[in-house]
Amino acid sequence: MGRVRLSRFNIASLAFGLAFLYLPIVILVIYSFNGSRLVTVWGGWSTRWYAEFFNDQAMLAAAWMSFRVALASATAATVIGTLAAVALARGGHFRGRTLFSGMLYAPLVMPEVITGLSLLLLFVALNAERGFWTVTIAHTTLTMCFVAVVVQSRLGALDRSLEEAAMDLGCTPLRAFVAVTLPLIAPAIAAGWMLAFTLSLDDLVIASFTTGPGSATLPIRIYSEVRLGVKPEINAICTLIIAAVTLLIIVASLASKLSNARADSAAPM
Amino acid sequence: MFTRPARLASIAPLLWMLLFFLVPFGFVVKISLSQAAIAQPPYLPLFDLGAGWEALQAAFAALSLDNFKLLFADDLYWRSYLRSLAVAAAATALLLMIGYPIAYAMARLPRRWQALAMMLVIIPFWTSFLIRIYAWINILQHDGLLNQILLGLHLVSAPVVWLSTDSAMMLGLVYSYLPFMILPLYATLSKIPPSLLEAAQDLGASPRRAFWLVTWPLSLPGIGAGVLLCFIPIVGEFVIPDLLAGSDSMMIGQTLWLEFFTNKDWPVASALAVLLLALLLLPLLAYERLQRRQLEGGR
Amino acid sequence: MTDHHATTDAALAASQAPLLRIEAVEKKFGGFKAVDGLSLDIKAGEFFALLGPSGCGKTTLLRMLAGFETPDRGRILLDGEDVASVLPHRRPVNMMFQNYALFPHLTVKANIAFGLKRAGLKRAEVKARIAEMLALVRLEGLAHRRPDQLSGGQQQRVALARALALRPKLLLLDEPLAALDKKLRESTQRELIELQRRLGTTFVIVTHDQDEAMTVADRIGVMSAGRLEQVAAPRQLYEAPASRWVAEFVGDVNILDGTVAEQDPHRLTVTTQDAATLSVAPPRQKVDINSAVSVAIRPEKIRLSRRGPVADAAAGLNRRDGVVSDLSYLGGLTSYTVKLDAGATLRATLANVARVEVDDFSRGQHVVAWFSPDDCVVLPR
Repeated sequence: MGRVRLSRFNIASLAFGLAFLYLPIVILVIYSFNGSRLVTVWGGWSTRWYAEFFNDQAMLAAAWMSFRVALASATAATVIGTLAAVALARGGHFRGRTLFSGMLYAPLVMPEVITGLSLLLLFVALNAERGFWTVTIAHTTLTMCFVAVVVQSRLGALDRSLEEAAMDLGCTPLRAFVAVTLPLIAPAIAAGWMLAFTLSLDDLVIASFTTGPGSATLPIRIYSEVRLGVKPEINAICTLIIAAVTLLIIVASLASKLSNARADSAAPM
Repeated sequence: MFTRPARLASIAPLLWMLLFFLVPFGFVVKISLSQAAIAQPPYLPLFDLGAGWEALQAAFAALSLDNFKLLFADDLYWRSYLRSLAVAAAATALLLMIGYPIAYAMARLPRRWQALAMMLVIIPFWTSFLIRIYAWINILQHDGLLNQILLGLHLVSAPVVWLSTDSAMMLGLVYSYLPFMILPLYATLSKIPPSLLEAAQDLGASPRRAFWLVTWPLSLPGIGAGVLLCFIPIVGEFVIPDLLAGSDSMMIGQTLWLEFFTNKDWPVASALAVLLLALLLLPLLAYERLQRRQLEGGR
Repeated sequence: MTDHHATTDAALAASQAPLLRIEAVEKKFGGFKAVDGLSLDIKAGEFFALLGPSGCGKTTLLRMLAGFETPDRGRILLDGEDVASVLPHRRPVNMMFQNYALFPHLTVKANIAFGLKRAGLKRAEVKARIAEMLALVRLEGLAHRRPDQLSGGQQQRVALARALALRPKLLLLDEPLAALDKKLRESTQRELIELQRRLGTTFVIVTHDQDEAMTVADRIGVMSAGRLEQVAAPRQLYEAPASRWVAEFVGDVNILDGTVAEQDPHRLTVTTQDAATLSVAPPRQKVDINSAVSVAIRPEKIRLSRRGPVADAAAGLNRRDGVVSDLSYLGGLTSYTVKLDAGATLRATLANVARVEVDDFSRGQHVVAWFSPDDCVVLPR
């Protein structure tokens, strides 16, 4: 809305909102460095809970499982979700379009218990062994919808005459897509991948339904620990996850800045 | 020109969603009509497509609505439905009251600050849901930071019980879903040209009236999106009530989880899911319409 | 892919036959006929303008020439070859888009090189062609800029250079100057004309701006509701419109309805609705006595004076008495609205040839409006 001046009320709401969102996380990070086993007592700065985490084999195994699932499902979701976005943004009216878009938008808000339960029943009916693959498929199903929405909104904002210009200059439709559309929606595809990755890393409910014995993901492990009460080690794990996600975001924004700068300076021959 | 290859692109995602989204609902419905059994998997009857038509007929004959009758007979179930709807409605109202002023202030920031404010609202969304709830447990527990501060300031004489209360659950819900309320609100509010407000004031409306006559009605689509984006998943929420609310009354997500994981009664869990879906059908359809309109413009 | 965009000598030699022939082309969107059985020939080297109000089908026609739409019926012959169903990337036709459609992720140079590389030109050749194009549109220093670092006028030139780089037989321009401000638009129009003459490429421009069409084009096709109303040189279009619709769409005009009363080889007498008579030059096609016609007179062809023309000069002129009901001073000229005593109104424009005008009429003044029969155009009603 630009030009309008901010009132004191506006500034107060912003400050309150941001404090509300960030304070608990900051406190958690600080506690993760507390040397004392008792959360009540500040026992000085220490990294002992990090050391404890790196010695906890079960926790490490869960983290490794989560990482693999997130990597695989985010990549699959990005490919399939981008295809879905292209079909919706460029396919015009085709038969089954309403069903198609309905199936893509519904999981965005569908309660996770329903999605999780229904996928489990499918896997049971198919007699599939539950573990890495079933969780990966479940996460792909959920996160590809997010990828599709992110990429579709970028495609919708893209001027179609750019694709037409490319074809006018000698590109086949497929080449026009690769040479012009793809580079222009690349940031959205990357954002979609990151979103899918973190959603997968984050998910507890769907993973609980679809995983099998012996292959718990990190959130499942954390959840079972948290149910038993606060443990300083959990603070350390959470801080590591926050650091990883923050790093990912910083790298992503730097990469997009860098690619802009490179395109500025390099001769494109 | 571009449409034919684009339509071909729909094949893979369409098949994927049919197999992993639509077909599974069929199984949920089917099992909700079956009987629980001590077996693996724990329900009867089982279809065996290889057993031929007779067996299939027998399987159909054995389907029953008993599970649904149970849901209405036992007040545990319908109480948890009612509680879910009430909690979701209250939390959504609270979210709107808190989210609107924040989104409004964001939209009034100078342009170059708006992107930063957006980032700041989105980043917590990227950090784990579970972690954020856990962060609150840290603060709210018996000897947590909040009680320490209150005791230190002599505002209370003994530690207050925060955890395992409805207020803690509300706090957790508002905290987790706030970005989902702010972002659609901000998206519509930032598109309202300031000249409209100036015109309203020029025509004699006070700033307050101008807000109610111009800004509020124009932001209704954003309000609709934000409300649905929060309300629907909160109704089926599991983690937040499970970790923050007391155990005396449960939301439907918890009941479903309990039936499934603890009681191993898959048919009742499925019936609960079917009923939950039926309950959410209207808001889901409304959300789809909104989403389609927003992503596809007038088409 | 071959460099099919090069103009061959053979094609030049065959310039008697039209470069582009559009035959009874029809295009429907749903139930709406955007282009309705339209036929048109365009010669090689011509600068042709498609002029019409928005929604008349001119952009659809242009997009069919480029290959973005396929006609439902009819043929599009380019150099005698039917291209109606040829895909855009296989046509020796290039287009300059209304919003330029410059690739935002590529530099000026890469934008111009885009089509050249698709055509499989050698590196050295691509390089030479880029330099040539940059010189042509005078953007030598900006090769490494990206589109968002250019002004509107510069972007327009990059779009032009990109479309011309492949040396198309036919260049299509979709409202190419609509995004520029008035001053820049006028200078760019002159540059376009000069460029087209130098290259000899056939240009087809789509515009809704009649001044623009008049300025740049050798011939103009006026479109309405999917059909061509008239195809003519700018002067002919203005002075001899083929229909009342064209007369009203192109420039200002006064229309007086009437019926034909008398006819001789040199003059036609029309009884207008105010029961007076008009003497007009006979139209090329024969009209029947008593048939209903419209008589069109351009405002600048009407003279105003306090007393009317001198007697000998008045012989054969049409004159009407009236009162100035409105006037607007427009700088170069003044526009008067004259309420005739007989009831109709006439608009007349007078050039302000001197700083202090002697014949300056004020509102309410009685005047005589007179005009020559040769300046009247008879149109069927």
